[in-house]
Amino acid sequence: MSKPKTLFEKIWDSHIVAQEPDSPAILYIDLHLIHEVTSPQAFEGLRQRGLKVRRPDRSIATMDHSIPTQSLSLEGLDELGAKQLQKLRQNCAEFGIKLYDLNDPQRGIVHVIGPELGYTQPGMTIVCGDSHTATHGAFGALAFGVGTSEVELVLASQCLIQYRPKTCQVVFDGKLPKRVTAKDMILALIAQVGVGGGTGYVFEYCGDAVRELNMEERMTLCNMSIEAGARAGMVAPDDTTFAYLADKPFAPKGHEWDRMLEYWRSLPSDEGAHYDKKIVVDVSQLEPMVTYGTNPGMGIPISQPIPDPALERDPDRRTAMEKALNYMGFQPNRPLLGQAVDVVFIGSCTNSRMTDLRQAASLIKGRKIANGVRLIVVPGSESVRRQAEAEGLDKVFKEAGGEWRFSGCSMCIAMNGDQLKPGQVAVSTSNRNFEGRQGDGGRTILASPLTAAASAITGQVTDPRSI
Amino acid sequence: MQPFTSLTSALIPVPYNDIDTDQIIPARYLKVTDKNGLAEGLFARWRYRADGSLNEDFPLNQPRYHNRQILLAGDNFGCGSSREHAPWALMAWNIRAVISTSFADIFRNNALKNGLLPVQVDKQTHSKLLALTEEELSSPQSFAEASAMPWSVTIDLANQTLILPDSTKAFFPIESFHKTCLLKGIDSLGYILEFSGQIESYEWSDRAYPFGVKKL
Repeated sequence: MSKPKTLFEKIWDSHIVAQEPDSPAILYIDLHLIHEVTSPQAFEGLRQRGLKVRRPDRSIATMDHSIPTQSLSLEGLDELGAKQLQKLRQNCAEFGIKLYDLNDPQRGIVHVIGPELGYTQPGMTIVCGDSHTATHGAFGALAFGVGTSEVELVLASQCLIQYRPKTCQVVFDGKLPKRVTAKDMILALIAQVGVGGGTGYVFEYCGDAVRELNMEERMTLCNMSIEAGARAGMVAPDDTTFAYLADKPFAPKGHEWDRMLEYWRSLPSDEGAHYDKKIVVDVSQLEPMVTYGTNPGMGIPISQPIPDPALERDPDRRTAMEKALNYMGFQPNRPLLGQAVDVVFIGSCTNSRMTDLRQAASLIKGRKIANGVRLIVVPGSESVRRQAEAEGLDKVFKEAGGEWRFSGCSMCIAMNGDQLKPGQVAVSTSNRNFEGRQGDGGRTILASPLTAAASAITGQVTDPRSI
Repeated sequence: MQPFTSLTSALIPVPYNDIDTDQIIPARYLKVTDKNGLAEGLFARWRYRADGSLNEDFPLNQPRYHNRQILLAGDNFGCGSSREHAPWALMAWNIRAVISTSFADIFRNNALKNGLLPVQVDKQTHSKLLALTEEELSSPQSFAEASAMPWSVTIDLANQTLILPDSTKAFFPIESFHKTCLLKGIDSLGYILEFSGQIESYEWSDRAYPFGVKKL
């Protein structure tokens, strides 16, 4: 009997092309996802050296970060943003890469379309010049974000130079209470371990609460692994995974499906496999989570007061909390519940899929959003948009007074003009509440789609269980 | 890649924990299709006030800290977005090393590929360095202007050593592969392309996903 291996080890070991003594591994990359913001300098690097893309068939490009969401046209975009999109078109044409262009019916946020088109599959190594690439780990793939130099490496060689990360088993025990979601699970984990708590590790999410999640919820969970500093997050593939994949356009078919399914079933971690670290989170008492500060680790259960920096013993952390509360304009020991809200953003690679939109719509249906609140709903892909419209969700949001957009990253990264005004407070289903992330001077409270929807209705931070 | 061997400079203190790459360079500066002009965006939200004027309180805007090449940051530097524009912007400002108690993985990788050295020190050394920057501020300006040397530290990459002004030394970790690449200015693309033959063999082997079916 060979040594028991974790899911991560199985994938890692099978992708090592070469490894010299005392050197990192040359790791093969099965799928490379590309978008407009982190790729132009990489293509330019290839051009300067006269190199080709080694496997254009393993590379997929989309436009998501800086595109407009009010219309599918480059008009109205600033000159630089438009130039960046033109550059992506030019690069993909020149190097023979499939591009989901602005008007392509299957275009969308890179981490939404990879799975929904069936490119993302268990056992793969997947990279993208985007830190939320961990999303694809929901399928039992090893997926992580890289910088532009590494984008160039993968374009040229289909490989990366990587030191083996450590592994951490994250067990979510118990049954998730009603109206508490995958977003709350991951925010609770990040609050527990901190934004640097996962540095150097790949998380594998296990436990009953994870098994109960559908694929879209697992994507939400894996998506924010990077916000704990983890290199990647993964969930072992199971029947939920296979059922999701079965009818996807680029998933294997027929005999090929049977062959791959047999392999996929061999991927889950073996009994007795070793992890370098283990974290247990009991979700049975979990509440909806909200953030009060300026990084995703500054999260609290929604019924709890904002923590008091004076009680923090570590001076650096105390300073960080004071700085965050000063930026947010929040007082310690006061509840966040009832905090007035200017904008509610439902979208981003974290929470813009059908599950998220259905949940938000379920609370908003038949209600109006509060006076003075701006609700922006941005589906994750054009396919999600069409499906939501077929179900009438767009009408639910619009009739309540909200805005319904074309797909894109939109106000998560605020590169396309969708942004907060200085001082505005947003409840956002996105992944980062960093200073100014959603617009200079903007203040972001991260939450689930249910909490966001509840807050849009009342105009203040609201517990979705109270609606 | 620019080689890195050793560097002597006084410090630029930005000693906050968890400085994310959105702060190092905000997203609005990411619309470039080259690496030009990024120095302008470095720490833009902290360097500029809401009305666009310079925030004189921020170290990078103070003449004292001009021409210094080592940034002293708090724990978990470079967390968040994978944007390589962060090390590019630091390099564009002529910063060649960042000292912290820890670095986020992607930032660290990106930095190493650009000849920007992440120097990870223990908490005690970090506190000493921080005290040094405070001591500098409380000393007469004329003294500091006469020479930055009393406040300078030296980074010796070959020996993985940080030398403080009082001559005490602190060791910092770096993988031997990265160290060699930095010392010699070897870029990773050149290195990886030497494996082309092995990559080709791997692609045709039954180990490659989806196993022996090379689709071209």
